Amino acid sequence: MTFDLTSSLILSVPELALALSAMALLMVGVFSGERANTTVTGLSVAVLLAAIVWIVVFPAQGEAFGGAFINDPFARFMKLLTLVGAAVTLIMSVGFAKAERFDKFEYPVLIMLSTLGMMLMISANDMLSLYMGLELQSLALYVVAAINRDSLRATEAGLKYFVLGALSSGMLLYGITLVYGFTGNTGFEAIAAALSGGERQLGLVFGLVFVLAGLAFKISAVPFHMWTPDVYEGAPTPVTAFFAAAPKMAAMALLVRVVMGAFEPIAFDWQQIIVFISIASMLLGAFAAIGQRNIKRLMAYSSISHMGYALVGLSANSPEGVRGVVIYMLIYLAMTLGTFAFILAMRRNETNVEQIDDLAGLSATNPMMATIMTILMFSLAGIPPLAGFWAKWYVFLAAINAQLYWLAVIGVLASVVGAYYYLRIIKVMWFDESVGAFQPMAGELRFVLGLSGAFVLFYVFFGGPVGRLAEAAAMTFF
Amino acid sequence: MLTGLGAIFFYLFAFIAVAAAFMVISARNPVHSVLYLIVTFFNAAALFLLTGAEFLAMIMLIVYVGAVAVLFLFVVMMLDVDFAELKQGALQYAPIGATVGIILAVELVVVLGGYAFSPEIAAEVAKPTPAIAERQNTAALGDILYTDYIFFFQIAGLVLLVAMIGAIVLTLRHKENVKRQSVPAQVARDPATAIEIRNVETGEGI
Repeated sequence: MTFDLTSSLILSVPELALALSAMALLMVGVFSGERANTTVTGLSVAVLLAAIVWIVVFPAQGEAFGGAFINDPFARFMKLLTLVGAAVTLIMSVGFAKAERFDKFEYPVLIMLSTLGMMLMISANDMLSLYMGLELQSLALYVVAAINRDSLRATEAGLKYFVLGALSSGMLLYGITLVYGFTGNTGFEAIAAALSGGERQLGLVFGLVFVLAGLAFKISAVPFHMWTPDVYEGAPTPVTAFFAAAPKMAAMALLVRVVMGAFEPIAFDWQQIIVFISIASMLLGAFAAIGQRNIKRLMAYSSISHMGYALVGLSANSPEGVRGVVIYMLIYLAMTLGTFAFILAMRRNETNVEQIDDLAGLSATNPMMATIMTILMFSLAGIPPLAGFWAKWYVFLAAINAQLYWLAVIGVLASVVGAYYYLRIIKVMWFDESVGAFQPMAGELRFVLGLSGAFVLFYVFFGGPVGRLAEAAAMTFF
Repeated sequence: MLTGLGAIFFYLFAFIAVAAAFMVISARNPVHSVLYLIVTFFNAAALFLLTGAEFLAMIMLIVYVGAVAVLFLFVVMMLDVDFAELKQGALQYAPIGATVGIILAVELVVVLGGYAFSPEIAAEVAKPTPAIAERQNTAALGDILYTDYIFFFQIAGLVLLVAMIGAIVLTLRHKENVKRQSVPAQVARDPATAIEIRNVETGEGI
């Protein structure tokens, strides 16, 4: 295994830039003292945006580092989503950092390193790089979950996430060793080649199950979702926004690449697992969210069920299905960022409030905010013609074309149940007695909320070009 | 199969390792337990040496004896944990433990008994390993670690960096009232700034 170092480095320019600038910014933070937070956050956002521009302007393609790293249309699309998620959540954290004295310059640095791990996951073409990227991402996430170390809930969230995450990493590694033992390879193409000839062995299926379990933990799909509500509730809100946005993109991309790349020849086996995870996530997300009073917990269950819907597309095992997953993740990202901009703006008497009852009568005190939130909630519930409807439309269409009728039926029923709690928020905002106005919304939050609302509302007009981009990304695997 | 001198040493090290491992769980004093653990690690390292894995043997000594066992000693000595009470009645569960152990051993025998290498891998295994004098494990690992596997090596470095940042972020506290040594300030002192001459009147203080 030899490779050309120069071409490898050129292929991974955004990753290199992120790694080097994270280290440089760490030094900036250390040597410029306590007030470095704003500078470091600003520079981090600049680097993330530069990486986005680089990926758009120089669409490199090919394998690097002896096949460990791959850049293709799918990787580029998902990397863009991840970078946008990371950059926007960093921007949203600025006001919160000032108001809540959440001013650690390590926060943006850890977010950058975590984003780097996500990009490596998306580009992973080998079990080793899969694991290394995943660990880089997760380790940084454990730390940022507990970064508000004087809060009992935040440390509990961090510890819980760490213990369960370590367990899931163990399962993933065990699965990887089994797959390696039965195929003799760690590269995805080599595994696929080894699987395509001859009959499938039982041990390999065990390996597949363990690998999928480890990855399902990262997208918080049932039955590996237990950490999600506690971590979402306990972590500081900007961190929760980041958790809900960027890592989901990367883990979903990794899952798609593993099943479509490495385990493509044994599609029948993984399809069953994905179908089960998908149904369980949709149903649990729909029913468990009904009783929630805290909006961050509610969003946790909402994200569980949305991962279930996205997996419906993957179960179809068709170009259409993967396109559905890609579009779903894009729309989920837009809706999630908008909703969390709204949650961050829920401030009264200089503190953040998180209860759904605190939203009562928002339409009277701040009609603009209430209107955009209503649009986002309708979209999350999947009401046409908003973006959320089209996301569900593509994945269910793919399931029906793959003859998974009952999966689509269960999905539609679950989304009807799920509509209840989104509509309840709308009802509380528009029809309940007002409990007082929120503080004026910070400029950056207003910008993100407005952009997200516009995306969701007008998606129907630019859905065509976006769909073609997603199609190009999905065709990578076929 | 080992024969001759190799076999004698193998059984010697293996016996000491098992005996020391038993002493780890049965010693009354926790510090003695840790010391027996170190003996076990040393013998395991010797077993690795016998099989020609000199790199693993050295890593075993550096990592397990040098870091892990010392950490255990610190924990045992610094934390006030009453190990005697914790271990009260530990041996009364020995029959259950032994049963579980025997079941595991039988399972291992059954699994390994039915173990078969695929022909390609068997061919790889059958290839002659160069003698240590000719090619060392350490050199062989170093050759590929920094060339073919440089990508993974660098990411591993980043993971460690994150771990370090995390430990500092989550635990370091700047105390307000602690006096710190400032070397530049000390070096920059000269008689003009450090000494103040006053005339003290007789019979009065300053």
